[in-house]
Amino acid sequence: MPDFLQSRGFSRTLPLVLFALAAAIPFGLSDYDTNLVARFLAMGIVALGIVLTWGHGGILSLGQGVFFGLGGYAIAMHIKLADLAEGEIPDFMQWSGRTALPFWWEPFHSPVFALAAALVGPALVAALFAWAVFHRRVSGTYFALITQALALAFATLIISRQDVTGGFNGLTNFTSIFGFLFAGPGMASALYWITLGALALSWLGLRWLLGSRFGTVLRAARDGENRVRFLGYDPVPFKVAAFALAAMLSGLGGALFTLNAGVISPALIGVAPSIEMVVWVAIGGRTSLGGAIFGALAVNLARDAISSSFPEGWLYVMGALFILVVTLFPQGLAGLLSSRSGKRGENPA
Amino acid sequence: MSALLHVDAVTVDYGGFKALDGFSLDLAQGETRVVIGPNGAGKSTLCDTIIGRVRPTHGAIRFMGEDISRLSEPAIVARGICRKFQAPGVLPSLTVQDNMALAARTDRRWWKALSHGIPAAERAFVAETLDRVGLAARAGTPAGELSHGEKQWLEIGMVLATRAQVILLDEPTAGMGPAETRATAELVRELGTSRTVLVIDHDMSFVEQLEAPVTVMHQGRLLASGTLDEVRADREVAAVYLGHTA
Ligand SMILES: Nc1ncnc2c1ncn2[C@@H]1O[C@H](COP(=O)(O)OP(=O)(O)OP(=O)(O)O)[C@@H](O)[C@H]1O
Ligand SMILES: [Mg+2]
Repeated sequence: MPDFLQSRGFSRTLPLVLFALAAAIPFGLSDYDTNLVARFLAMGIVALGIVLTWGHGGILSLGQGVFFGLGGYAIAMHIKLADLAEGEIPDFMQWSGRTALPFWWEPFHSPVFALAAALVGPALVAALFAWAVFHRRVSGTYFALITQALALAFATLIISRQDVTGGFNGLTNFTSIFGFLFAGPGMASALYWITLGALALSWLGLRWLLGSRFGTVLRAARDGENRVRFLGYDPVPFKVAAFALAAMLSGLGGALFTLNAGVISPALIGVAPSIEMVVWVAIGGRTSLGGAIFGALAVNLARDAISSSFPEGWLYVMGALFILVVTLFPQGLAGLLSSRSGKRGENPA
Repeated sequence: MSALLHVDAVTVDYGGFKALDGFSLDLAQGETRVVIGPNGAGKSTLCDTIIGRVRPTHGAIRFMGEDISRLSEPAIVARGICRKFQAPGVLPSLTVQDNMALAARTDRRWWKALSHGIPAAERAFVAETLDRVGLAARAGTPAGELSHGEKQWLEIGMVLATRAQVILLDEPTAGMGPAETRATAELVRELGTSRTVLVIDHDMSFVEQLEAPVTVMHQGRLLASGTLDEVRADREVAAVYLGHTA
């Protein structure tokens, strides 16, 4: 690898260059393609959260789809309500024979509540859940299984309560958000830039956090939870905070994905999508923020290309990719790059 | 004389097998004590019980008069007791300096960790402790890349850095050559001037260099205690050692 690729200046300017290139995409691509990339960027935010919990915290969650869903449904519920005339209820509720809005839909009339719910909701649920589980010193494997069960239960619940959740079809047919029409001119670009901005801010925030002493303790607990305890730390709050923040990022990603895609449904948040989220990160490199974004983009692009021409094949391709990466390159593509360049230690960038 | 740490008739029962069997031990403030015994005697279990990794089935651990045997592990460390594990417990992906800084932190609450670098108040202390265990030149190396002896020193340093009053060292010289062992003995003797130290080791030349009172354990019980020469002359001790490790 040429020297300039390893220089400090290069590693500082590379993210800026990539950001500038990404920001120019709406000028170069069609609205359709811009929108596609925006969805993948939203997935990248989810992947960043997984780097925090799994890569640096050693907490493997196979249920990030739940938090993605909480974020997505929160924003979708607001859009459905905002599209209604006075006294109306959402279309799918009428079709299932309901005549009144469930009480827990009411607060989503408020855009502020919906936005807060999309971020704080997942974080709160995750914190309570993680606190209960980590206090019992549940092992990593059991934690992964419990989160997977959670994803299954959540998707099943949504499907079974068609009359209040939209069921299998999810929530879709959006008209406008905060008064802006989804089909309006420039809307695809605007949503794209918002998503890109959220991704960049999440990346910056996590870079800061992983470089802080909090990140050090988190990695220490990952490598030797007992050692950390016997040095006088309680690792539980560190792990709970990391898991809650990852859930918040997942919720943010879910909300932005929903805005860009115009739909949120159980098929996007259940067991298989939750595992897929981990696969992006495994491929990109579980301790590398940049790697995770790259993994999310690359896998989703490949998915888009493959599943349009060969719909049944995608799951096999992903499974094979996952096994290949985990067995051959446990640190993912980022690990491959840094071992080539002879870098030591973990580079959270 | 009241003991600083009082292990009071502690039994640890692993489903019928008693790793500690009504074992008692007093450590006076400022004392250095060596605990020896054949493999499986219960030495590591004694440490486990003191630091709260294992809960006694019977008996109590009293520190400054207070029963600490039901406290959480971090709470016991906060009282001022810290232990070096038999298998070195350094954190491999952290640098030597980060390991030390982690141990040296005085405020261990999570939101106090939300900033970068070593707090100014702790920086000199971290550097000084690194220097004390001879690892100042290795500060930036990931701990996983240290030699076995260096890992032992780093962990001893980390235990010191917690500012613990009572230090438990479980086989600090395992895997060290004679020169490293001598340096470790020197370090432990120096620690003994300011802290209360309990040392477990199999290496008799190391134990000799410590010149400290010795307690011999066997099958979870106290077998003998006295100076090294006294316990060496003890017929029961000789029988146990010949029977188990000769
Ligand atoms: N968790 C456990 N469950 C069952 N038995 C255990 C457990 N931990 C230790 N033991 C047993 O208790 C006995 C004492 O073990 P301990 O590790 O305290 O010995 P030790 O004196 O430190 O020995 P060594 O010199 O080999 O380190 C051993 O027979 C061991 O097998
Ligand atoms: Mg032992």
